[in-house]
Amino acid sequence: MTGARDARSGRDPAREAVSPPGAAPPTGDGPVESSIDRLLGRWAGAASRRDFLRTSGLFVFGLSGTWATGAAHQAPGARPAESGAYPDPDFLQLDSWLVVDEDGRATFYVGKTDGGQGTGTATRQMMCDELDLAFDRATVVMGRTDLTVDQGGSGGSDAIERDAMVGRRVAAEARRVLLEMASERFGAPVEELRASEGVISLQGDPSRRVTYGALIGGRRFDVALAGANVNATTGVASIKPVQDLKLVGQSVPRHDIPAKVDGSFEWAVDVTLPGMAHARNVRPPFAGARLTGVDESSVRDAPGLIRVVRKGNYVAVVCEREEQAIDAARRLVVTWEKPAAPPFPASDDLFAYLRSAETVPGSDRRGAAPVQGDPDGALATAATVVEAAYDVPFQGHTAIGPAHALADPSDGQLTIYTNDMKPYSHRTGIAEFLGMPPEQVRVIWMEGPQLYGRTAADDAGFEAAWLAKELGRPVRMQWMRHEETAWDTKGPAFAIDLRGGLDADGNLVALDYQGRIANYAHVGYNQARTVLIAQLMGLRPERPSPGGARGPDDMYHVPNRRQETRAVRFPLAFETPLRTGNLRDPNGPQTTFAAESFMDELAAAADADPVEFRLRLLRGVSDDDEAFRRARSIAVVEAAAEAYGWDARPSPARVGGGRFLTGRGIAYAYRARTTVAVIAEVEVDRETGRVRVPRMVCAHDCGLVINPNGLESTIEGNLLHGISRTLYEEVRFDGEKVTSVDWRTHPTLTHRDAPEHIEVVVVNGDPNPDRPDLPPYGAGEPSHRPVPAAVANAIHDATGVRMRRLPLRPERVLAELEAAGIGGARDRPGASRG
Amino acid sequence: MKETRLNVNGATHTLDVDPGTPLLYVLRNDLGLRGPRFGCGLGQCGTCTVLMDGRPVRSCVLPVSRSNGAITTLEGLPEDGELHPVQQAWIAEQAPQCGFCQNGQILAAVALLRNTPNPTDDEIRERMNPILCRCMTYFRIQAAVKRAAAAMGPGEADR
Repeated sequence: MTGARDARSGRDPAREAVSPPGAAPPTGDGPVESSIDRLLGRWAGAASRRDFLRTSGLFVFGLSGTWATGAAHQAPGARPAESGAYPDPDFLQLDSWLVVDEDGRATFYVGKTDGGQGTGTATRQMMCDELDLAFDRATVVMGRTDLTVDQGGSGGSDAIERDAMVGRRVAAEARRVLLEMASERFGAPVEELRASEGVISLQGDPSRRVTYGALIGGRRFDVALAGANVNATTGVASIKPVQDLKLVGQSVPRHDIPAKVDGSFEWAVDVTLPGMAHARNVRPPFAGARLTGVDESSVRDAPGLIRVVRKGNYVAVVCEREEQAIDAARRLVVTWEKPAAPPFPASDDLFAYLRSAETVPGSDRRGAAPVQGDPDGALATAATVVEAAYDVPFQGHTAIGPAHALADPSDGQLTIYTNDMKPYSHRTGIAEFLGMPPEQVRVIWMEGPQLYGRTAADDAGFEAAWLAKELGRPVRMQWMRHEETAWDTKGPAFAIDLRGGLDADGNLVALDYQGRIANYAHVGYNQARTVLIAQLMGLRPERPSPGGARGPDDMYHVPNRRQETRAVRFPLAFETPLRTGNLRDPNGPQTTFAAESFMDELAAAADADPVEFRLRLLRGVSDDDEAFRRARSIAVVEAAAEAYGWDARPSPARVGGGRFLTGRGIAYAYRARTTVAVIAEVEVDRETGRVRVPRMVCAHDCGLVINPNGLESTIEGNLLHGISRTLYEEVRFDGEKVTSVDWRTHPTLTHRDAPEHIEVVVVNGDPNPDRPDLPPYGAGEPSHRPVPAAVANAIHDATGVRMRRLPLRPERVLAELEAAGIGGARDRPGASRG
Repeated sequence: MKETRLNVNGATHTLDVDPGTPLLYVLRNDLGLRGPRFGCGLGQCGTCTVLMDGRPVRSCVLPVSRSNGAITTLEGLPEDGELHPVQQAWIAEQAPQCGFCQNGQILAAVALLRNTPNPTDDEIRERMNPILCRCMTYFRIQAAVKRAAAAMGPGEADR
């Protein structure tokens, strides 16, 4: 399937073609639980729900007092708890995952979060398919620690690959149980029954039928499941073969979009509670600062001030109104003492520092690939040796809305409303931080600005929780923009040195990758001792991580090969804004920028076409146990080249004479069984150094596709986010603080830079058309990975200039073009687009 | 404190707030509207956009004392229970990912199409450029603007 989209026409052939003939695509305007009000109202207020709870022997826990719509309630499959209101839903009970009401509508409980890539809609499609229920007859509840089984929340692009497969298995089990109940009712064997759209009928006599609602509505399944851990959860039933799936493979419209478009959607930032106060932080003005004094008289007359709170180096103000808290935080006079030694180098000196500093012992062990052959010996005897060094700076998560959370300490329990993508570790971390039993704490995940990894959402939740407990009333915390951009966690910087050896025929015979990563003490997410508030209060992890990183992933066969990565530490490891945290495809774009740029440098040295050079390495020996992965890698490289209309020739092209130089570049990546190849077309303005990417092609194989349009949207976001990190994003700092603090100093891609053409080629199935049973693999991040290298390779193709340091901002590109004698406005006939 | 009068989505509100308060906090915290959201507080990103007399303004930096035009938020776009053609186009193109910025994107598109019913590609890019999206849904947004322009036609442009 090829999904070519053209922003110029707004036409989408892929979307028009995805529904099988005769199948009416379901609409996306069915019931969707986007509102906690509605959710609690339905559960607490609906008669059927009360009856269900009464007859099932569960009891409704005491009202949480301040909540407008009423009752806290226990999850349908929750274990009884002795010490708190919010016990864990038991993953070994079918009732924890799925409830059917009297009307035959199902509610699915999913322990994941949806950051806006449609994993909720896709999970609903998969579970409805197994249950034989129409899409519109189901609802999904996600990421509530008191209601949904702990599936870890989001991360690792595993929502569909791993967790939704659990959903399929439990939905299949529910269907099996319903068929057995119908079998008993009709006195007919299961084999003679047929389930469709929530109704079970007798095959020989379709007039004899019963709905799911009549069979189980308002009652528990009371069916135990098996599984050594939550990811292995299963019932007795088997999931359906792919050819029997009806909803899977259809571009069902995302169920969250209508409310996001009409303004009715309720986000975590929208929740308000009676008696709620507003808090803002006062951050140290430089890293490692020690607080020496807070002059409370500076805010004595600040309107609405409730309290100035301070513990260690943590300072916050709490006010009645939000704008009052912002104002008081600005006015509060705080004195700080600088640390004795500089906490880190300036960003201009970063890469020299990374290459010269001592590495952290033990940091090379993480993900180290085994050495193959004799890389040093092969390099010593190679006909041609190529060497290159690549640099990638720190890059911020910089969510479009800063970190925020609301904490409610009513009745001695604690509820946190957050968009933290990992609500379960948020809950246990906060419980530990506050010294509360986890059963007294619940986290209600709601949507927010997409995080693209482990950023500062956890920090705001811990801060709100601590302040709420201190003040004994609900507290809403929100960071300011300068705080978010300076203090959120960063994707780590890399300095990577590569050497490659070619034999006399231009074959790659040796490859040596030496990486250095700036992520010493890479602190855990939601950890009680390493969230920012804990660090500022003086807590430290018992055993700091040595850091480290994997090298780039690929399926190339190179006979002599070594990959090593070591971590480098800064003088200051804690209470620093240069703290690192997983940013979309952690380390993948950085390491692949180096590896796949270098692959093009090797191809150029071999005078080979970049596509053909890669295919040669992927073909290599084909009789090993990785032949299947290689075949899928070859398939995406070939599919991308074909869709692009790639003309085989070495790079660079002959550099033209006009103002705008165009070229194309390819990069390939392998990530957790998903294969992807990206071709970027660039246009380089030799007068300004500005790079545009007017066209991108992405060939992608993530196995079974659940929702083609959702996948395409996810890939588009990956590609553009990749362009943004390639062209613009960089954390800047002097020797004592981060100086990139807003959208001007940490810029992002804008409308002006969006490609005009994006073609997504979904390869799935090929090169194995006989494998329709291929499971789904992750798609949330893989296509992000090859983008920086594809763009840099295209710039080389257009200009002959090799860019080895990200980001490729105009001034840096122009400097390189001028150094190569092709930049600037001089000595050229005309200035028209060429 | 001086009373402030605001005209929001066709209704008049009288509020007792500091006149220097940015409009955003009043819309969200006093009037309970969810469309405009805080993104930067600096007028840089457009997440807080509302229309004042049909023009997009940044409510995070506009004091209520100067918010004396007719204000329209995302919630105020539908007419007679029907979504604005721009909103419909956003659904048809499945434009949002997380959706946090889309308030600003939709309102900027409404303002653009009111003045320029048939924008060129370059006009769309330039006029939409100030509204940032970190999910980078620009590609679909631009397609949605075109879809809306086609759906609205000349007669609909005044909506």
